[in-house]
Amino acid sequence: MATDTMILKETQRKDRATGRESQWKMIWRRFRQHRLALVSLWIVIGFYLIAIFAEFLAPYAPSHYNSRYTYAAPQGIHLFDTDEQGNWGFRPFVYGYTTEIDQAAMRRTFVLDPDVKHRVQFFIETEPYRLAGFIPMQHRLFGVAEPRAPFYVLGADRLGRDLLSRLIHGTRISLSIGLVGVVLSLFFGVLIGGFSGFYGGWFDSIVQRTIEFIRSLPTIPLWLGLAAAMPRDWGALQTYFAITIILSVVGWTELARVVRGRFLALRTEDFVVAAQLDGASDYRVIMRHMVPSFMSHIIAAATLAIPGMILAETALSFLGLGLQAPIVSWGTLLQEAQNIRTLASAPWLLLPGVVVVIVILAMNFLGDGLRDAADPYGR
Amino acid sequence: MLGFIISRLISMVLTIWAISLVAFAIIQLPPGDYLTTYVATLSASGDRVDPRVIEALREQYGLGQPFIVQYWKWVSGIVTAGDFGQSFEWGRPVTELIWGRLGNSILLEGLAVIVMWFVALPIGVYAAVNKYSLGDYLATIFGFLGLAIPNFLFALVLMYLGYAWFGVVMGGLFSPQFEGAHWSFARVLDFLSNAWAPVLVLATAGTAQLIRVMRANLLDELRKPYVTTARAKGLPEWRVILKYPVRVALNPLVSTIGWLLPTLVSSSVIVSVVMNLPTAGPMLLRSLTTQDMYLAGTLILLLGVLTVIGTLISDLILAWIDPRIRYGGE
Repeated sequence: MATDTMILKETQRKDRATGRESQWKMIWRRFRQHRLALVSLWIVIGFYLIAIFAEFLAPYAPSHYNSRYTYAAPQGIHLFDTDEQGNWGFRPFVYGYTTEIDQAAMRRTFVLDPDVKHRVQFFIETEPYRLAGFIPMQHRLFGVAEPRAPFYVLGADRLGRDLLSRLIHGTRISLSIGLVGVVLSLFFGVLIGGFSGFYGGWFDSIVQRTIEFIRSLPTIPLWLGLAAAMPRDWGALQTYFAITIILSVVGWTELARVVRGRFLALRTEDFVVAAQLDGASDYRVIMRHMVPSFMSHIIAAATLAIPGMILAETALSFLGLGLQAPIVSWGTLLQEAQNIRTLASAPWLLLPGVVVVIVILAMNFLGDGLRDAADPYGR
Repeated sequence: MLGFIISRLISMVLTIWAISLVAFAIIQLPPGDYLTTYVATLSASGDRVDPRVIEALREQYGLGQPFIVQYWKWVSGIVTAGDFGQSFEWGRPVTELIWGRLGNSILLEGLAVIVMWFVALPIGVYAAVNKYSLGDYLATIFGFLGLAIPNFLFALVLMYLGYAWFGVVMGGLFSPQFEGAHWSFARVLDFLSNAWAPVLVLATAGTAQLIRVMRANLLDELRKPYVTTARAKGLPEWRVILKYPVRVALNPLVSTIGWLLPTLVSSSVIVSVVMNLPTAGPMLLRSLTTQDMYLAGTLILLLGVLTVIGTLISDLILAWIDPRIRYGGE
């Protein structure tokens, strides 16, 4: 066993020394040196897992409401408690509420009541649902046992809906919209940028002028105008895809620029010229020889484009021109926080914003790390 | 230099023409027009509308005509008479409505640019000179936060803190008594007491980026031999840094205005909506939702033109301070 690993290490060292390590391995090794990027990678993966398993992780469905607990304050979760015999142990629970009337504001406020404890149970049985839309399931990760007990870890909104559940469901929409938007942008960017970089000429200059033009426009007015053009009676899915298309209108330019730049740089490389002289078709030269050598750059550029998309969706939905009410995204959640007086009495409504900042930061670090690692031969 | 200016001016005119086309296409996109929205709101509130009145209105505004005819009407009106069309919702010419709003927008954005530069330059220089010091790390952290916090969220947090801690409702640019007043010293003070918050919000993201650019530029310069030479000749350290490296590092920074302005204009729209500022932003949002097409189109057009002019000015400044740009290239 020990000798095995030694031999393995030996060959790895040799690979490195003789340059036989594969490109992706080198990129990974380079990437791992970037601590912040590595941590960010895990954060991003974590959020995407939340997005995938949203129904299972969230204690309630996003539309589940309880009008008795409007604007209930966050309960938090207490993990350790004593049992009847007074022994400490892992027994998660939340406190119940007592209501008080706020004379000044003429409304109810919820105060945590330390005398009432609701046990939190794991893998609790609930009404049946479909995970990710197709896997039938009956259990959720956690919840309170008594069906009538309030369970608002991060507080409730104006209809008494659980903010945590909505945040988890919103993660799915917001993250996927970034991903779909980038895939669309990538498609157009690679296609157009590739053409203009590979063939050059008049097509290239038209594309370049177009890109310059689009980039010189302020994006929000442009997006607002396009988003306002969506018919009001469109369904959730239609709006969703319309938004991704709107975001890609600007998004493709950056990716096209990157792709074109790589094409221009590679066009005169020896191995490309050699392939052309060998009589390889354009398609083969591009797909077989050029694309693999700048794939990593494109992945880095695409990763860096995702946060911009997420921010844009959040901003549009926040302004009320993006995704509309029954769809839960971070933007529509923040829309609830628009009124300053509401915010003053329920500051936890800003929590989606905190999540946005965390995800955007993590994706930026991840993208930076990928970009640095994209060219492992340099330096 | 003259040739450079002329070629830039020509390309600017072309860009503005393209913007006008895009702006008009966007406001034509929604199905229906202002009158259908208008009729819908009227019938929603239970009012009856005489179809003949609607037909007459449609005729008057030329709403049923093909795209190119309507576009031509609009653009020729703008070019020949400075007439941007009629706002349906306000029942007044667009020109009467927008200038005050646009003026406020320009004022805010201009202030934000000034604040950005005044804050970012010293910090960027400090971060580059004291690389990997505590201050450098703080600047880096600030830079990333500025990049990651959406400006509307920042505005919300600021308003929340102002309300929760001081009981102040931020928003607007003027106190009620100064709303319609002429500019005076008292009004300027009042403006500044209201405008600092949106300016701060607007400047943050840009400041963060400028710091990063300035730091990177200056780091590149500081490595060069002439810096060592200057130091070897015994110049005091502050002169070594300020005399040449900072000046050279400034040049690429000027060109960042080109992409800084579009983002600035964008964020001013959304921040204005959040903070309820009397700028072009909220008016644009409102006109887009009510399909007040000429108002919306004019605002999109002018916000675009503003950006293009700003970029042109930055290009000219850049060519003026750095002759390599003028004669190089082509």
